Amino acid sequence: MTNLEKFREDTKKWLDENCPPSMRNGADPKLPVDEVWGGRNAKYKNPESKIWLDKMGEKGWTMPTVSKEYGGGGLSKEEVKILNEEMFFIGAKQPLLSFGIWMLAPVLLEYGTEEQKKLHIPKIIKGEIRWCQGYSEPGSGSDLASLSTKAEDIGEKFLVNGQKVWTSYADKADWIFALVRTGAKEPKHDGISFLLIDMASKGVSTKPITLISGKSPFCETFFDNVEVPKENLIGELNAGWTIAKKLLQHERAFISNFGLAAGMGSKRDVVSIAKKHLGEENGKIKNNFYRSEISSHKIKEHAFGLTLKRAGDEGGKASATASMFKLYGTEHNKKRHELMVAASGINGVAWDGDEFEDDDKNLTRAWLRTKGNSIEGGTSEVQLNVISKRVLGLPSQ
Amino acid sequence: MKLILTEEEQFLKDTAKNFAEERSPITHFRALRDNSDPILWDKDMWSEMSKLGWPGIMIPEEYGGSNFGLSGICVVLQECAKTLTPSPLFASGVLGAYAINKYGTNEQKEKYLPLIASGELTTSIAVDESSHHNPYDSELIAKKNSDEYVLSGKKTFVIDGTSSDLLIVLARTSGEKGDSTGLTVFVVDSNADGIDRIKLEMADSRNYANIIFDNVKISSKNILGDVEAGGEAIDDILDIGRIAMSAEMLGNSEAAFDTTLDYLKQRKQFGALIGSFQALQHRAAEMFCEIELTKSSVIAAMRAADERSNDVQRLSSLAKTVAGETLHLVSNEAIQMHGGIGVTDEYDIGFFLKRARVAEQIFGSAKFHTERYANLSGF
Repeated sequence: MTNLEKFREDTKKWLDENCPPSMRNGADPKLPVDEVWGGRNAKYKNPESKIWLDKMGEKGWTMPTVSKEYGGGGLSKEEVKILNEEMFFIGAKQPLLSFGIWMLAPVLLEYGTEEQKKLHIPKIIKGEIRWCQGYSEPGSGSDLASLSTKAEDIGEKFLVNGQKVWTSYADKADWIFALVRTGAKEPKHDGISFLLIDMASKGVSTKPITLISGKSPFCETFFDNVEVPKENLIGELNAGWTIAKKLLQHERAFISNFGLAAGMGSKRDVVSIAKKHLGEENGKIKNNFYRSEISSHKIKEHAFGLTLKRAGDEGGKASATASMFKLYGTEHNKKRHELMVAASGINGVAWDGDEFEDDDKNLTRAWLRTKGNSIEGGTSEVQLNVISKRVLGLPSQ
Repeated sequence: MKLILTEEEQFLKDTAKNFAEERSPITHFRALRDNSDPILWDKDMWSEMSKLGWPGIMIPEEYGGSNFGLSGICVVLQECAKTLTPSPLFASGVLGAYAINKYGTNEQKEKYLPLIASGELTTSIAVDESSHHNPYDSELIAKKNSDEYVLSGKKTFVIDGTSSDLLIVLARTSGEKGDSTGLTVFVVDSNADGIDRIKLEMADSRNYANIIFDNVKISSKNILGDVEAGGEAIDDILDIGRIAMSAEMLGNSEAAFDTTLDYLKQRKQFGALIGSFQALQHRAAEMFCEIELTKSSVIAAMRAADERSNDVQRLSSLAKTVAGETLHLVSNEAIQMHGGIGVTDEYDIGFFLKRARVAEQIFGSAKFHTERYANLSGF
């Protein structure tokens, strides 16, 4: 047996013994489902969610490629593929959703000191600390580099004052990774630093923002004379913009994958919705106008999926590809939701009450949420700017 | 299935790129058009391509080819399309070679494949009979008469129809218009008695013909594949053709886009390069993304065909749709972004628009394939 075959066998056995029944195929649909983000204050409706997180966290398999010294799985790419396949075969749930995994850990691995890596990465992997991102500010959206939240050098510490906005789940997070101004305002990119701040620090407060969907996944976060130890600075002072850009690539890649995965994996499928609300004839959606629009959309998503695959086969390229994926991932997700809403008729705009099914009401909320996809993490227009300048080499004005 | 070119394919692509740029720049195509060349492709150029082995790329070695598969010929077609190089490579090297190799008897293969591989014999495929692609609508009748068949009817929009030596003809042996059954494929000598080939003058100045079959007598030995199994065979052959045409259209899009991008970086108005205007930048960026999607679609489809995946039909429709819509967009935007010179005959960019619209029709438009994609996907 080769090493990989052995690994597959061991993995299969381990999953069989450690993945709780409700975390895989065949789970009792009546059991409550947790969205597991971990953290100090995590609550679980289903205790097996926590067991599954702990088991996977201990193995380091929530970040399987990260080396064992930082609490990761220390697996090779081939082994990760096997792990994913075996998890897929039994329908194992992802144990942990985490901005720490998707965004922070990759940049810590690249820019953090040995101490910082050993301090923070294991807790991300085990889901012990929940992170949020402090980038945008009321006056700095697309023009992020104009940010003004200030971190003043007061000897041993930084003194942070200012306001962040669109911080996802800040009210639930334990720590925040934030961009702060430590230098001059001009040139704006050169005075920014990348700082980690404990949300439990004195002077940090949050306020949820209610969105058009009625939900509040984002907050405003305020810093009022918050003292932050100097060792929480990542990379060099005033060199945070490079790290920020790198992190944005991870975020864009994540958002674009999410858009696609949401379409492929979710039970919300435009074809079944169309068949349900518009009728079906010989296996075809009864209304030809909707049918042709849906097919056009499916073709575009298929082509986009193939492009993601090609980028993977090519070994991943520069930030320009990330911009294209962010742009298309989010635009396709919006389009898919528009099609589902349209195909649902009035049920697609149901808001509340008992006269509509949960599926319909949830779709309405989900559709409204997608409108933020092409704004957060850099608007579609910003992505087009990046492509025209960095890839196509078109001149600036 | 990896969606990247192998080293051999990349080498072939580079060779084709050099050939197209050095031996067949767009001036070559322009000269054929300006001189009203009777067949609209150049025989000397074809000999050179043949010496490079291109017509035999899809043909097994035992018949004189290099057995490089659809992927091999697609990268060549893509490069040749960048300079609008006209040649029988598509109709003969892809369609003829594939059809005869896959469905031919040993006798047919021995007779035709070596000649196709060497470029001495070229083929055409005669499928459509009306203004819109639809193979099952074939009404050209093949009537059995003891050991021979008699063909009567008319085919239209036959690529290389006035220049090819051998016709691959879709005929009806039973049933009626619209049936996918009752169809049979024949190979017919282009100069057989009763065949009349009428040149079609199309916007892209390539070789097409209407072909009239007036009681053309052919031996039953000329059946390609099985009697009454032509519906499936023709779908399969056409899918290969659609993927190859998508590769050509990708090449067209890339060239038209690159030319436009160069122009955006040179042309000044209002005291600035027009490429610095965001109104044009965003449209250019969108075209770039569409071309990237087309590349992925084409490579996935050609790989699927070479690996005989059971998803070839759907990927062929996907590729033809995406390549068609991308080229449609790029050819229109290229003209608009060039401004006034874009609509002059003297400037080359208009050739891409004319080629685009004809290529979009070949073996089914984006609309045809969007519908087919839905059918194949079960909705």
